[in-house]
Amino acid sequence: MPSHHSTEQPLIQVRDLQRTFDVRRRVEGRRRRVREEVLAVHDLTFSVEAGEMVGYIGPNGAGKSTTVKMLTGILVPTGGEVRVVGLDPSRNRVELARRIGVVFGQRSTLWWDLPLIDSFELLQKMYRIPPARYRQNLDRFVEILDLGKQLDTPVRQLSLGQRMRGDITAALLHDPEVLYLDEPTIGLDVVSKGRLREFLRSLNSERNTTLMLTTHDLQDIEALCERVIVIDHGTSVYDGSLAGLHAQGGSRRTLVVDLVDEAPPIDVPGAEVRKVEGPRQWLSFPSDASAAPIVAAVAAAYDVADLSIQEPDIEDVIRDLYARGA
Amino acid sequence: MAEAVRAQHLRTYGQIAWLWIRAAWQYPTSFVLLAVGNGLITGLDFVGLWIMFAHLDNLAGFSLHEVALLYGSASLALGIADTAIGSVERIGTYIRTGRLDQMLTKPVPLLVQVCADQFTLRRLGRLTQASIVFGWACTYVDWTPLKLVVAVSMLVSGGLVFFGLFVGFSCVQFWTQDATEFANAFTYGGATITQYPLNIFPRELLVGLTFVIPVAFVNWYPCLYLLGRSDPTGMPDALRFASPLAGLVTMAAALIVWRSGVRHYTSTGS
Amino acid sequence: MLHVAIATRAFRRYSTYRAATLAGIFTNSVFGIIYSYAYLAVWDANPTAGGYDAQDAVTYVWLGQALLMTIALWGGGTTDDLAERIRTGDVAIDLYRPVGIIGWYLASDLGRAAYHLLTRGFGPTLIGLVIFHISLPPSFSTAGAFAVSLVLAGVVSFAIRFLVASTAFWLLDQSGVKVMSGAFAIFFSGMMLPLVLFPGWLGTVANALPWASYVQVPADIWLGKHTGVDLVAALGFQLVWAAVLLTACQGVLRLATRKVVVQGG
Repeated sequence: MPSHHSTEQPLIQVRDLQRTFDVRRRVEGRRRRVREEVLAVHDLTFSVEAGEMVGYIGPNGAGKSTTVKMLTGILVPTGGEVRVVGLDPSRNRVELARRIGVVFGQRSTLWWDLPLIDSFELLQKMYRIPPARYRQNLDRFVEILDLGKQLDTPVRQLSLGQRMRGDITAALLHDPEVLYLDEPTIGLDVVSKGRLREFLRSLNSERNTTLMLTTHDLQDIEALCERVIVIDHGTSVYDGSLAGLHAQGGSRRTLVVDLVDEAPPIDVPGAEVRKVEGPRQWLSFPSDASAAPIVAAVAAAYDVADLSIQEPDIEDVIRDLYARGA
Repeated sequence: MAEAVRAQHLRTYGQIAWLWIRAAWQYPTSFVLLAVGNGLITGLDFVGLWIMFAHLDNLAGFSLHEVALLYGSASLALGIADTAIGSVERIGTYIRTGRLDQMLTKPVPLLVQVCADQFTLRRLGRLTQASIVFGWACTYVDWTPLKLVVAVSMLVSGGLVFFGLFVGFSCVQFWTQDATEFANAFTYGGATITQYPLNIFPRELLVGLTFVIPVAFVNWYPCLYLLGRSDPTGMPDALRFASPLAGLVTMAAALIVWRSGVRHYTSTGS
Repeated sequence: MLHVAIATRAFRRYSTYRAATLAGIFTNSVFGIIYSYAYLAVWDANPTAGGYDAQDAVTYVWLGQALLMTIALWGGGTTDDLAERIRTGDVAIDLYRPVGIIGWYLASDLGRAAYHLLTRGFGPTLIGLVIFHISLPPSFSTAGAFAVSLVLAGVVSFAIRFLVASTAFWLLDQSGVKVMSGAFAIFFSGMMLPLVLFPGWLGTVANALPWASYVQVPADIWLGKHTGVDLVAALGFQLVWAAVLLTACQGVLRLATRKVVVQGG
């Protein structure tokens, strides 16, 4: 059960966190590989309060998984400080492990050759979950996540969606205070994604479970997180609300217009033409603006065959952000 | 307090192992076949020794029964250790696949998890075969109560020595996954050495096998006592009763190396 | 020419494992030392056991260690790739390539064998020479015959490993069969104990099995135990097994292809 700590202490505290790696790179002109120090994470500072749902986003190689590894005690920082539920993850790994849950999107935490239910029982033993509490949680999650028929199936025979739901159940059986999710919806179909997001939302509202979500999927973020931390090149470049991110990042959406005939670049208020390819034109406009007036303006002035809207790419948002030196 | 913690770890190990056994028992025929296969394969070593004795009366002054005692006790100790260490030798694979990281997110000591992972009773094959050989050899021993104590302590200590040896040398994989075969020279090499009476080796090697890689304590010294023989290499008699000490020292050394290996892994990442 | 290219590529691939190779030579040498002392004790008690003398026996040990990786006695080699491709289903593509699978993997394996010969073959032999003063072949023609025998041993070994890997077509996983095959190979090749020591019917059976080609036959040639007609017969024995087993490989492959086509792998 979660302990009662004072509401002043944030659940997760990261201060001036730093992590370097020694990498051997092949350098031109030298036969032996050169030892280089790569700064994967540096000057990282943030706090997360209990019950928050935080999105942790950034391009590939930005340092996201490195951060999560340091938060869970798998990796020792080379500088700075990290405390989760008041504990130093690398020093109190076992104690901390009791109070956190981790879901890796790419790799399952379940035992490949065993039936699903056996994996859960193994975890009950490992976490020493009281039998009544275990039964209660198991029944509840199995019902909500619809795993009833899969319990006796070996994990290797499960579909990706079933396995992911199994992983989430596995991470929650022991009532963790913090849940780390790494790419949880990757490879899932639209319906499953929606159900999973709904589940996570209810988890947060009912049990006050703190959620830290690492993902590339902007829709995950938009559905679940009030707060986002953007990490790029190893450090935080934005920490605040999602809406603020769009505004600050100056992110823009794109209206793709297929005209009946080729035409010179479309000129309508509130949008800029980014690209022209034959009869197709790409118009960029601010994300917080509505597309409707722009669409209306274009349709009124031009012969339009088709239109579509592209959401901002997280990479674009971040690139803009970083370029502006935020 | 430390005692209670250790007992808890053993209990967790047992619970995990039991779940694996139960899962394997879902396929009883496959299980039995693998166990029998394991027994046959490990038994081939003894067939080799038996063939050897078709050509001679004694090997370096030791008869077939005496060599069988050496072989049987070492094989039993190895079988016990083998069943306990589980997947320790595959640490490198676990690192590569990211499984080790996942294990580090569980509230159970890493060593317990790695040893209990994929726990399999098919090693019972070796234990059965070794027991038969050892049992047969024991019928030729003049038993006294003290000898009985020494025999039991020999098996337990032998298990500890092999356990420590395998765990300790598997730790090399925390530092590098390229040269893992290097460890085999000491682990499987050590196991092979214990099949023979150690006086076939020059004295310098024997000293090494006593004080550096203490496999001589697995069966050689205690068996000399059980067989009522004087040490053909002239080492002190006291060593015959020192197996428990050797077992504990090896274990302690292995645990230190293990801790160091885990620290290295978490400090440098993969 | 294609097969030479395949072999060269395999050679180069295995040559990147420098640290592993050094570690392997070390391990080979440790086992060489252990068995040398064991055999010295045996031949001390019976100086003419199996028609060998102590010098022959110790030489035999180091030859065994040298051959261990060269012919992949314990299993492994490029046939592991085959087993993996069967497991993932990629082998279906291979079955329709113009180059025969058997030829492909054999060429690859010989390339690998060449690398292992140069490193884990010569390495232990050199060390055996230095520490235990093992015997060398008595004449150049003997050395030449040994070289031929070595290649034949490699082919026989390949064929058996290929058959083992092919069980994956039916069992999905070669590891169980591989372990058993490896154990049989260790025992019946004379790696554990020279076949010349095997008494009565066991000896007769062992010397007729294909595994005898692995160590016993090449070693006896090296030691000069086979001359003249005997030598031709020994090489012929290896050749016959190579032919029989390769034919078996083709048969199995045909069955497997049918299975893949019918069941879709």
